[in-house]
Amino acid sequence: MRTAFIDTTAALLDEDPRTALVLADISASQFASVGHRHPDRVINVGIREQLMIGVAGGLALTGLRPIAHSYATFLVDRAYEQIKLDLDHQGVGAVLVSVGASYDGAQEGRTHQSPGDVALFDSLGDGWTVRVPGHPDEVKALLRDAVSTDDRVYLRLGEQRNRQAHRDADRLLVLRRGGANAPVVVAVGPMLDPTMAATEGMDVTVAYTHTPRPFDEAGLRALAGTAVVLVEPYLAGTSSAVVSRALAEVPHRLLALGVGQTDLHRYGSPADHARWHGLDADGLRRSIEAFLGSVSG
Amino acid sequence: MATTLTTDSGARLPGLIRRLTGDEKHAPSAHSTIDVLQVLYDRVLRVTPDRVDDPERDRFLLSKGHGPAAYYAVLAAHGFIPDAWLDDLAGPESRLGHHPDRLLVPGVEISSGSLGHGLGLAVGTALGLRARGLHDPRVYVLLGDAELDEGANHEAIAYAGATGLDSLTAIVVDNSSASYGWPGGIASRFTVNGWTAETVDGHDHDALYAALTGHQPRQPHLVVARTERKG
Repeated sequence: MRTAFIDTTAALLDEDPRTALVLADISASQFASVGHRHPDRVINVGIREQLMIGVAGGLALTGLRPIAHSYATFLVDRAYEQIKLDLDHQGVGAVLVSVGASYDGAQEGRTHQSPGDVALFDSLGDGWTVRVPGHPDEVKALLRDAVSTDDRVYLRLGEQRNRQAHRDADRLLVLRRGGANAPVVVAVGPMLDPTMAATEGMDVTVAYTHTPRPFDEAGLRALAGTAVVLVEPYLAGTSSAVVSRALAEVPHRLLALGVGQTDLHRYGSPADHARWHGLDADGLRRSIEAFLGSVSG
Repeated sequence: MATTLTTDSGARLPGLIRRLTGDEKHAPSAHSTIDVLQVLYDRVLRVTPDRVDDPERDRFLLSKGHGPAAYYAVLAAHGFIPDAWLDDLAGPESRLGHHPDRLLVPGVEISSGSLGHGLGLAVGTALGLRARGLHDPRVYVLLGDAELDEGANHEAIAYAGATGLDSLTAIVVDNSSASYGWPGGIASRFTVNGWTAETVDGHDHDALYAALTGHQPRQPHLVVARTERKG
């Protein structure tokens, strides 16, 4: 996904004189050649993430369309107040593109992980579009769409990917249809494949989206029976409030699965972390069966 | 190139500031910045109320957003906002709060208040103007000496100096309010990163004018305006 981001961004810099890229050393070498072509619009500020977002805000104030990029924990967690004030409060937009968010950097440890990034954008109100592609082939169109607007867009790129791309999944896209009033399982981004594997043989509807914000509330209302399961690749419960709002008029139960809140103080691989957080197919199946069985059984 | 403005807002400012009521807490901040703001808007900045959206205008960014009474008074004196707005500072219907909001006040380039944001935004603005081929406008950003405690400033100081961002002028109003001070002086904190710097009496209009127009090619410029210690 990072390669798709780099290639598409380089093309946008060539095509559109409004596009600008702000880096804080991360990925700077991959953008060196396009930087030589556009030295005024490819800006590496060094390891200075607060300045990276401040510069993005200043560029936007002059009418440019900035893309800022780093590891999620540096881009979002570290520069949170700059996002809040240098972008949102100034009334300007940017495209923030992260890598590594939840536990792609498992071997790097907690300092390189940001499972709470999407929740942080939620804390800023409803002004942010959040895109969490599940396949590299979804990235190009999402990035091009983001750069073509002046909106505030967060593009969260991970190393985990589904086998197949679903480019048109900005709303809930049904990929497995259960019976009437079957429970609905919503899989976000790279959680689709483990969710499909986990629900094999269950009478559930599985819907996929790469765009959790704005969440497809109308689509959920149209699908929902009385039980909803969220499977998100970031902090568990991040979308619980959105689902509660969407289904405020409907009696329902909700199971919100995602990355746990606890700092595990462990290294290992992303697959290890998926297992520890119950986000591999076996863990998801156990959680979903227990949730559905707790009422029907 | 430079069009020297020769308006004199001095006679009107004391009365305008008096209209801003209920701001006892921030009064010292207003007194420390009034002369710098007056010289900027009377003689330096190429911006007028009919040019607040002109890409070719100079930009003035008030980073030190607390104590904006002098700023509002100068904006009123130059016709950016009606005088009557000054009579209801931070009221429920007021456009003027204790920290300025660019979406509410014509001529205000950035919303500020939380310290340490203006210099980064100023660097980005200067870079954006250059990328758009707008080489005439300058970007001025006003900070306080205590504001320099915020680490974000030092990211911007180092980067602007290293890259020779010569359309940028920072002004630090030094009223000795930083808890631990700046050993060796504020100017040296910037010049070590390649800025030019001048330190002047913050109430001496001619000295301020000379310093505010004293920038050199290929280096960002700093003006330290010394004023009395914050009361």
